[in-house]
Amino acid sequence: MSTSEFTLDDLRRILQEGAGVDEGVDLDGDILDEPFEVLGYESLALLETGSRIEREYGIVLDEDLLTDADTPRALIEAVNQQFGADEPAAA
Amino acid sequence: MTTTVVVTGLGIAAPNGLGTQDYWAATRTGKNGIGRVTRFDPSSYPSTLAGEVPGFVAADVLPSRLLPQTDHMTRMALVAAEWALADAGIDPEELPEYDMGVVTASSSGGFEFGQGELEKLWSQGSQYVSAYQSFAWFYAVNSGQISIRNGLKGPSGVIVSDEAGGLDAVAHGRRLIRKGTPMIVSGGVDASICPWGWVAQMAGDRLSTSDEPTRAYLPFDADAAGYVPGEGGAILIMESAESACERGAKIYGEIAGYGSTFDPRPGSDREPALRKAIELALADAGTAPEDVDVVFADAAGVPELDRVEADAISAVFGVRGVPVTAPKTMTGRLYSGAAPLDVATALLAIEEGLIPPTVHINPDEEYGLDLVLNQSRTAQVRTALVLARGYGGFNSAVVVRAVD
Repeated sequence: MSTSEFTLDDLRRILQEGAGVDEGVDLDGDILDEPFEVLGYESLALLETGSRIEREYGIVLDEDLLTDADTPRALIEAVNQQFGADEPAAA
Repeated sequence: MTTTVVVTGLGIAAPNGLGTQDYWAATRTGKNGIGRVTRFDPSSYPSTLAGEVPGFVAADVLPSRLLPQTDHMTRMALVAAEWALADAGIDPEELPEYDMGVVTASSSGGFEFGQGELEKLWSQGSQYVSAYQSFAWFYAVNSGQISIRNGLKGPSGVIVSDEAGGLDAVAHGRRLIRKGTPMIVSGGVDASICPWGWVAQMAGDRLSTSDEPTRAYLPFDADAAGYVPGEGGAILIMESAESACERGAKIYGEIAGYGSTFDPRPGSDREPALRKAIELALADAGTAPEDVDVVFADAAGVPELDRVEADAISAVFGVRGVPVTAPKTMTGRLYSGAAPLDVATALLAIEEGLIPPTVHINPDEEYGLDLVLNQSRTAQVRTALVLARGYGGFNSAVVVRAVD
């Protein structure tokens, strides 16, 4: 899939599809800097999320990246950096 | 003195009734829950009947966060646990987190979930297999999910010994309470009605191939030819009598005795070990055979096994010496969920003073059992014996007793 940017809405959709939403959590709210843990996503939920991002966008994410990115903002930035890294090869 | 362990909460998901009220209303009147499989198309399989739990819609009763990571059996177990806790009047958030543990039984794990992921593996590739497959199929997953959802960090685990496991888990719960944990969530909920689970069950060579719901599972009948599998079970809240009294909780009854044995090797001329399990349970409860008001039979529906069970009951209680019933003739055999459901049924029988019936069968008099047939029998029930056997030689027996 060719895309220029991975957005918060993309992440919201993938979290919803792959891991669901916990009781009392509003994914549509201001979650950019909320730790994933507070949003109810533990390491396995992030592993599933990473795996869905990889197969949907045809990229490979470093395993450390998934464990280091503890907020939606950090994960989105990391995915977009990966897009940048992959672009020359794709072009 | 040994701690008295009692049951204070029930959560039931059964093929003839979802929720304790519906289940008991159905069971006391002999309502059948066996029918043609609807969870998949069974037409190309030799066995086509099952006991399926009606009206369970997971998305209506569980947060979406739990749906991608749970098998059907786990979803029912989570809801049954919630009902059981509410029935016991326990709000887990108000408990110290180490005061309650979870010990459930399991027989095969989450087959339906596993089948879905295996299909993705071979049709799309390994990167499409859910990360949750790592635990969603697993034997201990119901215990784990109940523990996580309710914040219960006391001693926990799972017992896997086929149908006997349902009683073994209750007994282990009792053991943990006697060692000092105030409360335990126990019981079992099982489900493997999917093609992969179905062929695994067929391999045991004991599934009935009849397509008539009222003639397929006929324990103690001359026409017995296997059993109908089912899904569901019961979750029980167990605690010390002291804890229950302090809380002013309603007490259903006491888990008064337990015995468990293993059969001699196939071909041995030694006696099967079920009788011994019964004797151990009665001795553990300090109960004489004449004090037992009803036996909930394992009711295999396989002639040789029915014979072994009838002989064991007659050896302990005498020929036609005790009322015997098998409400599981209404639900099919629920694997690890069967015996906890029988324990719950025994407690409801004590409460109402009524023995629920065995349905559909025309008993073979050769077995020498006083079976409660077709209609409930009004009786003072103070003490009940629940029997369960597992494939491969497991025998377990539990004595359930009214508490004054």
